[in-house]
Amino acid sequence: MKETIIIAGFGGQGVLSMGKILAYSGVMQDLEVTWMPSYGPEMRGGTANVTVIISDKRISSPVADSYDTAIILNQQSMDKFESKVKPGGILIYDTNGIITPPTRTDIEIYSIDAATECARLGQAKMFNTMILGGYLKIKPVVEMEYVMQGLKKSLPERAWKFLPQNEAAIQHGAEIIKKVR
Amino acid sequence: MAEKEVKLMKGNEVIAHAAVRCGCDGYFGYPITPQSEVMETLMELKPWESTGMVVLQAESEVSSINMVYGGAATGKKVMTSSSSPGVSLMSEGLSYLAACELPCLVVNCQRGGPGLGTIQPSQGDYFQACKGGGHGDFHLLVLAPASVQEMYDFVGLGFDLAFKYRIPALLLADGAIGQMMEKVVFSPQLPRRSDEQIAQECGSWAACGKGSRKERNVATSLFLQPDELEVLNDRLQAKYREIEANEVRYEEFMCDDAEYILVAFGSSARICSATVEMAREQGIKLGLLRPITLYPFPYEPLKQMAERGVKGFMSVELNAGQMVEDVRLAIEGKAPVTHYGRTGGVIFNPESVLEALKTNLLK
Amino acid sequence: MAEVEIKVENLVYAKPRLITDTVMHYCPGCSHGTVHKLIAEVIDEMGLEGKTIAVSPVGCSVFAYNYIDVDWIEAAHGRACAVATAAKRLHPNSLVFTYQGDGDLAAIGTAETIHAAARGENIVTIFINNAIYGMTGGQMSPTTLLGMKTATTPYGRDAALNGFPYKVSDMIAHLDGATYITRQSVHTPANVRKCKKAIRKAFENSLAGNGYSMVEVVATCNSGWKMTPVEANKWMEENLLPAYPLGDIKCSTLPK
Repeated sequence: MKETIIIAGFGGQGVLSMGKILAYSGVMQDLEVTWMPSYGPEMRGGTANVTVIISDKRISSPVADSYDTAIILNQQSMDKFESKVKPGGILIYDTNGIITPPTRTDIEIYSIDAATECARLGQAKMFNTMILGGYLKIKPVVEMEYVMQGLKKSLPERAWKFLPQNEAAIQHGAEIIKKVR
Repeated sequence: MAEKEVKLMKGNEVIAHAAVRCGCDGYFGYPITPQSEVMETLMELKPWESTGMVVLQAESEVSSINMVYGGAATGKKVMTSSSSPGVSLMSEGLSYLAACELPCLVVNCQRGGPGLGTIQPSQGDYFQACKGGGHGDFHLLVLAPASVQEMYDFVGLGFDLAFKYRIPALLLADGAIGQMMEKVVFSPQLPRRSDEQIAQECGSWAACGKGSRKERNVATSLFLQPDELEVLNDRLQAKYREIEANEVRYEEFMCDDAEYILVAFGSSARICSATVEMAREQGIKLGLLRPITLYPFPYEPLKQMAERGVKGFMSVELNAGQMVEDVRLAIEGKAPVTHYGRTGGVIFNPESVLEALKTNLLK
Repeated sequence: MAEVEIKVENLVYAKPRLITDTVMHYCPGCSHGTVHKLIAEVIDEMGLEGKTIAVSPVGCSVFAYNYIDVDWIEAAHGRACAVATAAKRLHPNSLVFTYQGDGDLAAIGTAETIHAAARGENIVTIFINNAIYGMTGGQMSPTTLLGMKTATTPYGRDAALNGFPYKVSDMIAHLDGATYITRQSVHTPANVRKCKKAIRKAFENSLAGNGYSMVEVVATCNSGWKMTPVEANKWMEENLLPAYPLGDIKCSTLPK
């Protein structure tokens, strides 16, 4: 098993920390992981992305040119990464802010209205864990037990009081993700 | 046996943890992207409360390397970290450290150059690390980590080798290895050496206060008489020959039956190992030699590969062609040697390396 | 020369115990030898021989480590205060001092000096100010007076061409981390005695953990100034001392 994922959106959407939760979940399940971010000024409000690889074998390159799954959270990232999904791969996107929906027919496409749902619930900070929940529903690369452990590990202790909310968001994300085609 | 301490961390963060764990006495640094997490992590760890390690933010890289010089001259285990432009500022201090035969550890988390350049990953400082980085005839012992675990392990290894040979050690990483997260297994906490231990182990040279010593120790690199300075140089060169004989480290990946060899270090080597896997799937007998020590460089194993009949070598680097010069020296014209690289902070991927191999060598 | 045995009761002066037998390279009339002697005496009197780490500069006193019998680190040009910072932080119970001239400290080493002082490092700087680069052959330094002739100001220092001199100690005294700043000289026996007291006070101040101390010594460089030693002393009194007046500039404790 080897899953190469790109998560891309705006800085501040929790792109990097979503990747970190996923990677830490892999570590908890004793899998090999790499987490390779885009870094620098673009993190502050511009586009941000992170490549996470989860594998049951030693991971060679942490850099990839094509992905098994792309999680797309803004239009710029859609423009950049839709074409980089491997044929037969998966593209998940949040409909909020997407002007041009994906057009490829050789991949599976899912949408999740996490931004809208978080706004409705008044829980903007649960946005990334909700998306993560949607992704794990479609592709359960890590068992939920380890995801919860990874979530705890990747949050600082002062944020542990938000663990139940995050767990709920992961579950909720699994419920609201929809297959587009 | 205690359970293994497994963490998920950035390369830069583990540098800080490894420093504390291996009993480092002092870190002196100046912020620069993409490695500021090293000092930030140390400040968060507050090792002065646990092991007694000193952590100080200096006013410049010039100052931080001279703080390292001052600490190293007293026999303490001291280090700094920076990125390319900052390491350029340190070249003066590195020459003095080498001349005074002082052990220390310097981490260069390389970014694209020349000039102010970019903050994205690069390997453009190979020449600086291995061929220059200051005036005069000297070498740094250069280690090139290719994973977050090696970022951790090479801190301790770097200090060990630095003290074994009384030489400054350089950990030549890059923005990719520094910024990426991987699993890392922590080592147990080692105690810092006591002042008595230092006086005993480094008493012949460390300027830590005479104590009960009769003769004073002086750390200096000033020898106005040419023949006296030549004595120092002869001693340094003898030490370098010993290091070249004993400390070459490298890793081979699928080299046994390889007809073509990629040579790459650090993050490039990670990318190239995927290229090797892809090439093998296509029936191309490709292998990878990854130098772990860049100085001393693994000339001999490369030469042996050429003698054994390897048809071509491609040095793959995030620069315009620097290590390739050493590969050519190793191969001595016995086989074609070519280079593939990207500059300016652009990273190649396994596919483009394979493409270059086909264009450059398999045509 | 035959050795002459002097009876103890007739002995009026002896070389300080911590001054080595190495023949000094300083020019006759130079102030460095006197200041070296004072430092050696104070270290001995305070019983600090075993726990002193001294840092020498680049300049005429680059070889200071040959003359005072303690552990030394020879710093790169201007970097003494950075070197001393680490030595002191890693050996908090030691006496750590730098010995620097005006070229080393006030030109190339300005940043290292100011920041060590600003941080309140518990180190001492002995700052020899003779308003000239001695070792390289008498060029203009940051403290060279206006009108003063040097190898690089052969017609005299001209503010429009060469900029103005500045008062290092007065500037350092503004920093919270600097607590004992004084300006001394060694051109008369009375001044030598005062300078020695100042050095001792600075050493005590740093050992007490009371931050950064600087003893500036306004000094002669008769070779660089192209004068006899006596003329140099007179010229210093008439020209340098009005620009760099003697006395304590700051005696304080670290702000809470």
